[in-house]
Amino acid sequence: MGILEVKDVNKRFGGLQALGDVNLSVAENTVHAIIGPNGAGKSTLLNCLVGKLIPDTGSVMFAGQSVLGRKPYEINQMGISRVFQTPEIFGDLSVLENMMIPVLAKRDGAFKLRAIENVQDEGELLAEAEQMLDEVKMLDKRHMHAASMSRGDKRRLEMAMCLIQRPKLLLLDEPTAGMARADTNNTIALLKEIKEKRDITMCIIEHDMHVVFSLADRITVLAQGTPLVEDTPERIKGHPKVKEAYLGEAA
Amino acid sequence: MLGIKGKDLSVFLLVAMLALLAPFLLNPFPVDSAMAQFNAGYPDLMQRFVIFGIFAIGFNILFGLTGYLSFGHAAFLGVGSYAAIWMMKLVSLNIIPGIIMAIIFAALFSVVVGYISLRRSGIYFSILTLAFAQMSYALAYSVLTPITGGETGLQIKPGDDPLLSNLAEGEIGRANLFGLEMGDSAILRAGGWEFTMNVGYYVCALVMLVAFYLAIRIFRSPFGMMLRAVKSNQQRMNYTGLNSRPYTLAAFVISGMYAGLAGGLMVAMDTQVGPERMFWTASGEVVLMTILGGAGTLIGPVLGAGFIKYMENIVSKINSTVLHEWFAFLPDGMEDFLVTIFYPFVGKGWHLTLGLMFMAVVIFLPGGLVEGGQRIASIFRRGKKSGAGDESAKQETPAE
Repeated sequence: MGILEVKDVNKRFGGLQALGDVNLSVAENTVHAIIGPNGAGKSTLLNCLVGKLIPDTGSVMFAGQSVLGRKPYEINQMGISRVFQTPEIFGDLSVLENMMIPVLAKRDGAFKLRAIENVQDEGELLAEAEQMLDEVKMLDKRHMHAASMSRGDKRRLEMAMCLIQRPKLLLLDEPTAGMARADTNNTIALLKEIKEKRDITMCIIEHDMHVVFSLADRITVLAQGTPLVEDTPERIKGHPKVKEAYLGEAA
Repeated sequence: MLGIKGKDLSVFLLVAMLALLAPFLLNPFPVDSAMAQFNAGYPDLMQRFVIFGIFAIGFNILFGLTGYLSFGHAAFLGVGSYAAIWMMKLVSLNIIPGIIMAIIFAALFSVVVGYISLRRSGIYFSILTLAFAQMSYALAYSVLTPITGGETGLQIKPGDDPLLSNLAEGEIGRANLFGLEMGDSAILRAGGWEFTMNVGYYVCALVMLVAFYLAIRIFRSPFGMMLRAVKSNQQRMNYTGLNSRPYTLAAFVISGMYAGLAGGLMVAMDTQVGPERMFWTASGEVVLMTILGGAGTLIGPVLGAGFIKYMENIVSKINSTVLHEWFAFLPDGMEDFLVTIFYPFVGKGWHLTLGLMFMAVVIFLPGGLVEGGQRIASIFRRGKKSGAGDESAKQETPAE
């Protein structure tokens, strides 16, 4: 039994079958990559996991509980964090404030009216946020306006915001999309470090095969809304069906 | 001090100084001088400065922090006013119960309006709030006449005998604070100058300082940070385990309570209410005040409120006779020419001046008057630096 179990999920948009009978099992503390050509349904699948979309049929179980019918913030509280294709951060806030939001959310839950206390008096939480920033090597940027940073830094910040929540499952939607080679390599290094240091399961959607093959323990290939094959990276590389549907297309 | 420090404390002390010294600061010209009409230090106007200041401070908690632009906040002001006047008519002429009721009723009403309107964001939210406010205005004007007095509104009349106030037969009640009447003033004369220290004004000013202090605390609190997060990225908020709806609703209700407080104070200072207080132009005015002063800043809304009320009351009083007096020293043709040019901008045309100022601020100073102040301050600082020598200038630049 994996930490994430997707069973017979179907999703239709009008006449388009976006997902057809998707079955997926992600084992705990592994990195599971989902690859596939454009329009294969990768993002739709991800959106079904976090409550943004509700599948027409099928079930999505996380750590033994169904996520269907729950709001994104409730699913996050169950232990699923998400990194978006374009970094979603609080652009108007400083880097440290960006880190304080998840820290406060972890302590206070979905809503708490703390209108008279001062954020500056939250010494413990501030220290926790700074320590996390130090871990992703962004401590020197803590007073920067988040929107003014480079894309690579925004990505690191977003990951730090997810990690400080100590999620059981981290979903990454093309974490290196639109990045320069150097930034991509930094991100791979960061993800490897996370994988080694923490008890965390990662589910990653990625186009860049370099990223996928350097990180993934298992790979699922999705084509036209249906899983084509699921296997280890070594076997996927030589799989004829995959070559035909995806890698062949690129070549 | 008081749990606020640094810049916030200086801003608070500055506002406190301005509020307490307003009767002097706003009356810089001797009574008999030609400039006396620019004096704004009379009780009625000073009260309006601070009351609208409270209104704008509250509005800024919603608009400045969360970015939700309510176009119906005058409804809460009106509801507060009606609640306060009924308290005064029926229960007590002391202003405290009236003001408390005003806040409570505005809060209840804003919970209802907020709960429904906050299901949408952006322009749809604005339109929903506008619809609610216009509905309230129309109802107060017509079918709710038994409660609101309709077109004529409500005022304290002879024959109103509040339960807790001992009025003589036929005496018209006057608003008071434990016996201190709001209309009482002490007039200080010094040379040609005259300064009016009004009880009502100082009551309003103290309430405003408390409201301002609370707003500072909210701005610096975890709650305030969450509200800024709402404005910045609701998607990320939802994926961080936070429910943004109750945060926006809380901000909406708090700003509704500020509006109710302002409405209650208006009644306490001038014991009458009419439905026009809820008209959409009144809702628009507080938006202008906040943007003109600087949305999302602490002192901006107070400045904006003062600025607009000053224009409304002072610039509108300049008529063609006054203009002719000003330019009397010029040859006749010249005088008439200048009067013709200036006339559309003053008197009844004060809206034109305000509109142009507003456009100029929005285009050149998107951060409002506060940004203007900051720019001037930075020019001043730069000037001082270059005077002190190039070396220090070089050292300080990276810090900025």
